[in-house]
Amino acid sequence: MEVFLVTLLNGLVYGMLLFMLASGLTLIFSMMGVLNFAHASIYMIGAYLAYELSRHLDFWAALVIAPILCGLIGAAIEMYGLRKVHRNGHLAELLFTFGLAFIIEKAVQMIWGLVAVPYRVPSALDFSLFTIYGTTFPAYRAFMLLISALMFVAIWLLLTRTRIGLIIQAALVHPDMVGALGHNVPRVFTIVFAGGSALAGLAGVIGGNYLVTEPAMAFTMGPIVFVVVVFGGLGSLEGCFIASLIIGLVQTFAVVLDVSLADLLARLGIVVTATTPFAEILTVRLPRVGALLPFVLLVLILLFKPRGLLGTRDT
Amino acid sequence: MSAPEAQIGIAERRSTRLPTILRGGWPWLVVLAIAILLPWLFFDWTKGRHSGFVLSLMSQMGLMIVFALSYNMQMGQAGLLSFGHAIFLGLGGYFTIHAMNAIDAGALWLPVELLPVIGGLAGVVFAIVIGYIVTKQRGTAYAMITLGVGELVSAAALMFNGFFGGEGGVTANRVLPTSIFGLGYSAGIQVYYLILAWTAIAVALMLLLTQVPIGRMANACRDNSERAQFVGYDPRLVRFYQVALSGLFAGIAGALYAINYEIVTFDAVNAVMSANALLMTFIGGVGVFWGPMVGAVLVTLLQSWVSLLSNSWLVYVGTLFIVMVIYAPGGIAGLIMAHRPFWEARRLSALILPYLRIVPPALVAVLGFVGLVELCTSATIGSHQGKALQLFHHEIDTSSPQAWVIAAALLLGGLLVTRYQSRVFATTWSTLTAETAQGATRQ
Amino acid sequence: MMWRALTLFVAIFIAAPGLTARAADTIKVAYTDPLSGPFAEVGDQNLKQMQYIIDYINARGGALGKKFELVSFDNKSQPSEALIALKTVVDQNIPIIMQCSGSNIAAALIDAVEKNNIRNPDSRVVYVNCGAVATELTNEKCSFWHFRFDANAAQKAEILVRALPEDVKKVYMLNQDYLFGQSLQRDVKTYLAKLRSDVQVVGDELIPLGKIKDFSPYVTKIKAAGAQALITGNWGPDMSLLIKAGMDAGLDITYYTLYAHLGGGPTAIGPRGGGKVFVVQPFNENISVETGNKDLEQWTSDFRKTHDFDFYAAGFRTIFEFIQAGFNKAGSTDPTKFAEALEGLKLTDMLGREVTMRRDDHQFIGEYFVGIFSKDVKYDSEKTGLGWKTVKTVEGNEIAQPTTCQMKRPSS
Repeated sequence: MEVFLVTLLNGLVYGMLLFMLASGLTLIFSMMGVLNFAHASIYMIGAYLAYELSRHLDFWAALVIAPILCGLIGAAIEMYGLRKVHRNGHLAELLFTFGLAFIIEKAVQMIWGLVAVPYRVPSALDFSLFTIYGTTFPAYRAFMLLISALMFVAIWLLLTRTRIGLIIQAALVHPDMVGALGHNVPRVFTIVFAGGSALAGLAGVIGGNYLVTEPAMAFTMGPIVFVVVVFGGLGSLEGCFIASLIIGLVQTFAVVLDVSLADLLARLGIVVTATTPFAEILTVRLPRVGALLPFVLLVLILLFKPRGLLGTRDT
Repeated sequence: MSAPEAQIGIAERRSTRLPTILRGGWPWLVVLAIAILLPWLFFDWTKGRHSGFVLSLMSQMGLMIVFALSYNMQMGQAGLLSFGHAIFLGLGGYFTIHAMNAIDAGALWLPVELLPVIGGLAGVVFAIVIGYIVTKQRGTAYAMITLGVGELVSAAALMFNGFFGGEGGVTANRVLPTSIFGLGYSAGIQVYYLILAWTAIAVALMLLLTQVPIGRMANACRDNSERAQFVGYDPRLVRFYQVALSGLFAGIAGALYAINYEIVTFDAVNAVMSANALLMTFIGGVGVFWGPMVGAVLVTLLQSWVSLLSNSWLVYVGTLFIVMVIYAPGGIAGLIMAHRPFWEARRLSALILPYLRIVPPALVAVLGFVGLVELCTSATIGSHQGKALQLFHHEIDTSSPQAWVIAAALLLGGLLVTRYQSRVFATTWSTLTAETAQGATRQ
Repeated sequence: MMWRALTLFVAIFIAAPGLTARAADTIKVAYTDPLSGPFAEVGDQNLKQMQYIIDYINARGGALGKKFELVSFDNKSQPSEALIALKTVVDQNIPIIMQCSGSNIAAALIDAVEKNNIRNPDSRVVYVNCGAVATELTNEKCSFWHFRFDANAAQKAEILVRALPEDVKKVYMLNQDYLFGQSLQRDVKTYLAKLRSDVQVVGDELIPLGKIKDFSPYVTKIKAAGAQALITGNWGPDMSLLIKAGMDAGLDITYYTLYAHLGGGPTAIGPRGGGKVFVVQPFNENISVETGNKDLEQWTSDFRKTHDFDFYAAGFRTIFEFIQAGFNKAGSTDPTKFAEALEGLKLTDMLGREVTMRRDDHQFIGEYFVGIFSKDVKYDSEKTGLGWKTVKTVEGNEIAQPTTCQMKRPSS
């Protein structure tokens, strides 16, 4: 029971961390159909900027300023780069962000060096909030949970309750009609991209000191964020949120469920020995492959429900 | 119509019925001849041996050409963006290297020259199995499925040591007693010619495939899937066949990789290798058959040669993409083919002067850019690497403003002049296009 | 656009003769590791440390009256690139190629060097391995042309076991799920059974390489198992995130690692790791203080004046002293004579101990240290205020493990 509760808590926290990383990307990917490979790079920039700002000012200033700066960077990328590339198709946009990722990585290496920087959790939040079954739960994780939840609520309110949000949602599905109605659709796209980048920057501020802030962090964050977005479904913020939680829980519970396919077969009466064909695969225990389960889920859902969990857009 | 004109008309009609390969075949022969002779250009006459580096580089180019072309069978011809194409290359490579070990142990008899057949078979079998599943979708869903499957296979390659050999991979010896020609393949030049031969075969086959119905239908499904259904083909099956065939050729490329390096590790199936295929194909040009070939040569040069000269080669790659993606989305081949109407109308010479006016300032801008990047890198990262920035054996002091000012001036000046010249060039181009179009309609 | 690419190449081609340092009459040593891309820091920091060491060796005469010159090749973490670099090394008749990071690259190199030396006896190369620890490289896959100057995975496993304090009875193992992590797991269990049969392994876990961001579920398992010590061979974020998660959860445990001392490790662990994190290392900058070796201390602290990272690879000086002695003993730069001179060579290292390059398998036999992350040191790591303090010294003869190598020597 204790293990179940603690694992549930861990799974939820990890899911919220994923959502924090993925929320910006779902906006951009859903709205503009751009597979933004530079998303992780902006996350990295957010972390590094927060490091610099917290060195000269403090963490709370960084929390506000760094996402704004990342939003501005995103706006600049969209206005001077993506807009020109847009007419050449989605593949061109993808490769543009790809090339951008290389350049940003090198720029970060040149400015801040090749080694990890000591971006740490602020001392105001560096205590243990409560103890559950002997395991302490750091206050900073609760802070991350809080920010993540606030992000979800704020974006949801923005999209569904404000005028600009409704325009964005409309422009997503019928950009030409919205333009014909007199709205500045290119500017809407710039706002969305800037917003997504700001969210990525915020994730960097919060996650950079919790994880490690180094030039490889964009590369090592890996495709998990894309998995979450696509699994949740394009065009749906709720889908992204639910997907993050599902993937977080699945991956976390997989670590504590020590079973393998061989165990399952044993229940059916088939014994797997060292000489059985594919023995190596059948005896793999679930904790070993826990981190691969999101990809399995992705493949499965794309095969049977290509729009994702709650997607409204056709991919 | 008078008699001579009618005859011209008939001749043209006849010639358009000939497949394009035969009619326009001479460039292929020229390229083949260059490929055969090029290593001798770098022959070290003093030591009496080939440059191992050049041979290695050209062998890499050869197998990457096959890989990139097989990738374009999915991307360019069928409109399928795949992030997991390296699976077929890697699996083809692993099966080949196990076959090589089996030949060495006497358990299998197969001529060395036919090893790529094993790679191709492995590639096509896996492409059929995986392809059947993934081709259920197309577009972005397809891309994401291939991403997921690619990640799973590369994780498996690290975890299961029985077949994949762990992170040390599987090694083999290509010096085997089963060569048809009695060659040992210990010398780099022999390996290169073997790879060249197989590259030529693969290219010819892939070219042929674009001319037969399966290839044509792939194009049709890419352009208008609904309409293709009305013609009577199931787009899903067409996609499936195309993926299976592209897996065949990727497997051949994998076998060439195994023969060339005599080792296959998990690096042959991972995302970096898949990304390489995407880069090469796009830079070379997706819309032209031989585009990926140019892309493969270029990216190999960038990766394996420029990186020896500068650690900032990734910046150059990144900038190259961005510039190409904005100004030349058709790739290098697209740019070259854009000149085709002028070539056919024999008006190409009108562009010589405009090019002469635009190329030097562009060159200057590039020099300035390279200079600035190298200065930045040297001043920040490389400063303690014991290597000072050198140009023509002249050490450059990165702390003095001199070098920086020169580089910045070159870049800015070059950019400004190029920008002005490009406008002039654009007007010349559009005038020429209009004239050529007019001339064509008149004929 | 094509013109732009073309001009780029022309420009670089013209600049090429200048960009690779070339001086007459030096002994070149090639070095390959990732120097660009996400893992660039590995190669970059090694390169700088090696350059500092070579300056020291050159100041003491170099070898055969010539100075050493380091020539670097970026392999971008891909074996195919390392093999292409090897071709250049062979073309330029550089006698040695060094490589420190990545058992996949090492496996490719050891095989390619062996084949090259058989097929091209006039252009032989010696492969000096400064950090790839896969045990089979000096056992099943051993080669006359390969010299390993770092303890292998089995030896490091034994050192970890020897470092466990008497009062630790329950250990948990967590490793990365590939050959290195799997063999470390196996070897630690073997040596525990042999040397510390009182210790119980309460859990062993394999994680996919580089994919886990949240280690809290693993920490839960470790706590539930009641472990007192965690043994892990993880490197990179897999190591630092694991330790961070453990400290966040208030886990009362000590961490025995192999790679916590490398660039970025101390920063990631932070001051909270004081007194809890142990590492197996060939050298740390405080040893010279502990042993009262003033010259050595001066030399290592001078490094800090011009570099902003720790001199964690100062132990490479032993490698270059071997190379220097090997060339001097061989009397020429011929790779075959050099290899024959190098095997079986015994030297006194900078700490005054006798160390050997064992002839049977070309494995270096020398002392190793176990350090604890502590405030109680003179030289701290990466400006964290804490550094490595030696808690145990394992002598070379204690870890001179037997080998299964059947080395084939060249007849010439």
